[in-house]
Amino acid sequence: MSGLATFPEWAAVLVALLVIAGAAITLIGAIGLVRFGSFFERVHAPTLGTSFGAAFVLLASAVYFSVLQARPVLHEVLIFVFITVTTPVTLMLLARATLYRDRVEAAATTPARGDRGQSGPRARRGAAGRER
Amino acid sequence: MSATIIFWGVAIAQVMLALAMAAATWRLLRGPRAQDRVLALDSLYLSAMLVLVTFGIRTGSTVYFEAALVIGVVSFVGTLALAKFLMRGEVIE
Repeated sequence: MSGLATFPEWAAVLVALLVIAGAAITLIGAIGLVRFGSFFERVHAPTLGTSFGAAFVLLASAVYFSVLQARPVLHEVLIFVFITVTTPVTLMLLARATLYRDRVEAAATTPARGDRGQSGPRARRGAAGRER
Repeated sequence: MSATIIFWGVAIAQVMLALAMAAATWRLLRGPRAQDRVLALDSLYLSAMLVLVTFGIRTGSTVYFEAALVIGVVSFVGTLALAKFLMRGEVIE
């Protein structure tokens, strides 16, 4: 913490507010992970952390290092872009695997099949999954 | 003054992120089925990554940023492999 003696106070307040906001949003998502009842509700909760939670914390880091080094430091954007691209892929794959497992076991909380008039490969794959 | 503001802001944020990690760990240990545990592991990865970013703000070094980036990549690969395993029973077909 060498350059903190000349660190402007508005930037310090901005960094503190952003980092607290990001951590609070992530905490809300984690509480939702604990308190929701079924898996298909729980899968939504941590995405609070992967969207605005991570965005605020990384923005705080970017502001802090930009002011500290007196030049734009934007490598936090790399993490944010990577998270934003990868999270939907993993969570949709996980939800689809869960749906497949629930249908194989014929669980009671499984969402009904064909409620949106779907046809073709999804319905056929579901039927094949039930036979296995 | 600035150092005090940043110190307390980062300290509060780290406590919140530690609570988030504790909640994810609870779900990881408790979670009724395998997919709940995978989801909790993904959430735990995210919280750990954000904790590393806040450590970088606290110490003023950019070393922690690279560790956070590595955790982000490993989180993606790990969760994808686990979801694939739950789907088919094998990772590489």
